[in-house]
Amino acid sequence: MAGYIFRRLLQALPVLVGTTFLIYFMVFAMPGDPLLALFGDKTPNPAVLERLREQYHLDQPFIVQYFLYLGGIFRGDFGTSFSGEPVTEILARTFPVTIRLALMALFIEFVLGVLIGLISGLRKGKLFDASALVISLILISLPIFVIAFVAQFIFGIQLGWARTTVSAGAPIQDLILPAFVLASITFAQIVRLTRSSVIETQSLDFVRTAYGKGLSRRRIIPVHILRNSLIPVVTYAATDFGVLLVGATVTEGIFNVPGVGRTLYQAIIRGEGPTVVSFVTVMVLIYLVVNLVVDLLYGLLDPRIRYVK
Amino acid sequence: MTDVTNQNGAAQKPLLEIKDLQVGFKTTEGVVPAVRGVDLTLMPGQTLAIVGESGSGKSTTAHAIINLLPGPGRITGGSIMFDGQELTSFSQKKMEEVRGRQIGFVPQDPMSNLNPVWSIGFQVEETIRANGIATGRKAVREHAIQVLKEAGLADADKRLKQFPHQFSGGMRQRVLIGIGLSSRPKLLIADEPTSALDVTVQRKILDHLETLTRDIGTAVLFITHDLGLAAERAEQLVVMYKGRIVEAGPSKEILQNPVHPYTQRLVAAAPSLASRRIQSGTAATPTHALSDLDYAPTTVTESVDLIAAAEERLEQTSQGPSLEKRPDAIVVKDLTKVYNIRGQGKGKASELVASDNVSFSVAKGTTTALVGESGSGKSTVAKMILRLEDPTSGSIMIDGVDVAPLKGRPLLDLRRRMQPVFQDPYGSLDPLRNIGNTIGEPLQVHKVGDRTSRRERVLELLDQVALPENLITRYPNELSGGQRQRVAIARALALKPDIVVLDEAVSALDVLVQAQILKLLADLQAELELTYLFITHDLAVVRVIADNVCVMQRGRIVEAASTDQVFDSPQEQYTKELLNAIPGAGITLGV
Repeated sequence: MAGYIFRRLLQALPVLVGTTFLIYFMVFAMPGDPLLALFGDKTPNPAVLERLREQYHLDQPFIVQYFLYLGGIFRGDFGTSFSGEPVTEILARTFPVTIRLALMALFIEFVLGVLIGLISGLRKGKLFDASALVISLILISLPIFVIAFVAQFIFGIQLGWARTTVSAGAPIQDLILPAFVLASITFAQIVRLTRSSVIETQSLDFVRTAYGKGLSRRRIIPVHILRNSLIPVVTYAATDFGVLLVGATVTEGIFNVPGVGRTLYQAIIRGEGPTVVSFVTVMVLIYLVVNLVVDLLYGLLDPRIRYVK
Repeated sequence: MTDVTNQNGAAQKPLLEIKDLQVGFKTTEGVVPAVRGVDLTLMPGQTLAIVGESGSGKSTTAHAIINLLPGPGRITGGSIMFDGQELTSFSQKKMEEVRGRQIGFVPQDPMSNLNPVWSIGFQVEETIRANGIATGRKAVREHAIQVLKEAGLADADKRLKQFPHQFSGGMRQRVLIGIGLSSRPKLLIADEPTSALDVTVQRKILDHLETLTRDIGTAVLFITHDLGLAAERAEQLVVMYKGRIVEAGPSKEILQNPVHPYTQRLVAAAPSLASRRIQSGTAATPTHALSDLDYAPTTVTESVDLIAAAEERLEQTSQGPSLEKRPDAIVVKDLTKVYNIRGQGKGKASELVASDNVSFSVAKGTTTALVGESGSGKSTVAKMILRLEDPTSGSIMIDGVDVAPLKGRPLLDLRRRMQPVFQDPYGSLDPLRNIGNTIGEPLQVHKVGDRTSRRERVLELLDQVALPENLITRYPNELSGGQRQRVAIARALALKPDIVVLDEAVSALDVLVQAQILKLLADLQAELELTYLFITHDLAVVRVIADNVCVMQRGRIVEAASTDQVFDSPQEQYTKELLNAIPGAGITLGV
């Protein structure tokens, strides 16, 4: 098991180098001088400009910039942002907020999605199933910012159940509404996936045999139907984590959450290479770890693919 | 006619009494009846077999008894009395009390009937707990071990924690039998319990089931498509056809004197019985002659009599040059295939010798059968001859040419002359291609002719395999299993090959269809001078199709001889076991 995890982490290395290189290159290739943009309409002092250029290695060729940055990462130095704050500090400030939001969203979509999908699948063709299908279709069709604004308007302004914007420090109660909005799209996918998976599992031979053995429906549903149906759902939830992180950028903007999404968006606009790449690197890292965890979970759910050695 | 009389007199009350049972399936076009008025009676401790082809309603009848009908299935009429209770009036909740506890159930396919994500122990223990046979962790566990040991898993205590995929098919079926009998039910419903298994395994498991149920005093309702098997295992026989019972009575009587035309056709087509009939003919032992059986096929116009087909084939092949003088089409020498498999231990890879120095030859225009159980290496040999697998060592000569070094163009030419037909007619046809395109595809791949000539060839092929021309635009899911296998054969013949490799080509078919396909293959061989390599686990089929037989066991050929020699005087113990395992071989038919 430990050997397997180690091998998987080793595989993550080339993925990390590849993604950082791509992102760094894309930020570099963005048109405009990031430093000039920083000064806005004012004409900067050429000497100051020169010093800044040197400080951020902007006078070096691309490949040198990249390796200087990569070298820094291995020493734990992610560089500094244009505002002079070390990127590590920005990471430490924003990531916990976004991860909290994403985990809440993941929890909501998984628990609610699987529950509703299960009931839908068991009552295929009934009223509950039909309504769940229609609602999930609406959620899938709507862009996330529309859902966000509607939720803000109804629950924040009309009903007054939640704050429309998140206060400093992003306490959990403030994040509930954004988390629901963030969860909505993938929630709908999970409902549909669980539903079809449950319908398929229900018709399998071993379920009939379980009835034949004299087991009650109350036991067969969780033990023989739900567990087997979860295997594809868990796989989906893993790849889906990336969608959550992307969705977080939009949701955080609308609800004014001081998380990764907003900060990353601003850094991209400013063309801050080190900040953008660092954020993406950490995101990729999280993504890889989540995938590894899901793969291990997968082995737990399905003994046929348990990892030998 | 459908009345089953109780020979023990009126003293005993029937355990199960079904009267005028009707089962229908709800579809968008109304209710489609699947069982139309079935009556049967089963006495305590007795064994009754329901025989019929797929779609005859035999499994539906069995499932209706314990209400295991799939979604749209409903009992639409009739009564099922079990042990003084009217089961059709039972609620789902009350039925749970009957299932497992009073009526045990052994399903058909051991591969799909155990939940792959739970351990064997878990699945046995939950049954014991649900039926209230034992309580408390330890007691339940001990009972589970006992149940599995009874079912023939000697090392049950060590294997409780293992998962279904770590068990062989036969072992899984033993587990399922153990589960079915775990609460000592009064009735056991066994739905084709061994049709997915090798013959020798089948025999062992059925023997075991018989002993167990006799000891416990459980009555058995046995569902099967194999008439020979049914007659061998059950005192009473019920033959079903299209949802109705066409014949019922004591097994031996039905077998010796089938009254209904459908039963007569079944008796004539059953390969297990046919091979026995041929055998008794050639062995010339008058006490075993089944002269009574022989009149059956003549009374039915549509029937395919396998013996007649086999004799006809023999005549046709003997018209040509005698078997010894024919040139060899396939010569296999010292063929060996070694697979490296990942070991369970510390990174140790172990070797599996799938084919061990296999040598044989097939003369042009004849049929050689490669017989063995699953895992014996017969399919590996076939794959190597088709060049779908590369041999580890040894040589394969096709018409005197070594095929091992062939690549690219010459390999394509070889494939053109040698075509396969595979076992599963459902899996080997592309569901998104219509029949015309499926049959014509080899012509397209090998760039034979133009559009119109290809279409003509496809029509000609459809005619050769006796399929109507209008099938050309239909899709595989609209065809029956037998029709699909005909399509697969037509596709194999498209390029006018000399050699056809038939890998379990009739194993998945119902007996009547199987007989038709075997007849078709024999006719085609006579017509087109084909050479067949016939891979099968079913010795019964071999008798009617093959000239020579190679019996394989664990990668080696243990016996190779002419078909008659193998059947009449088998040399090896293993061959004898295989022959004995043919269902129906053990019935003593005194006339």
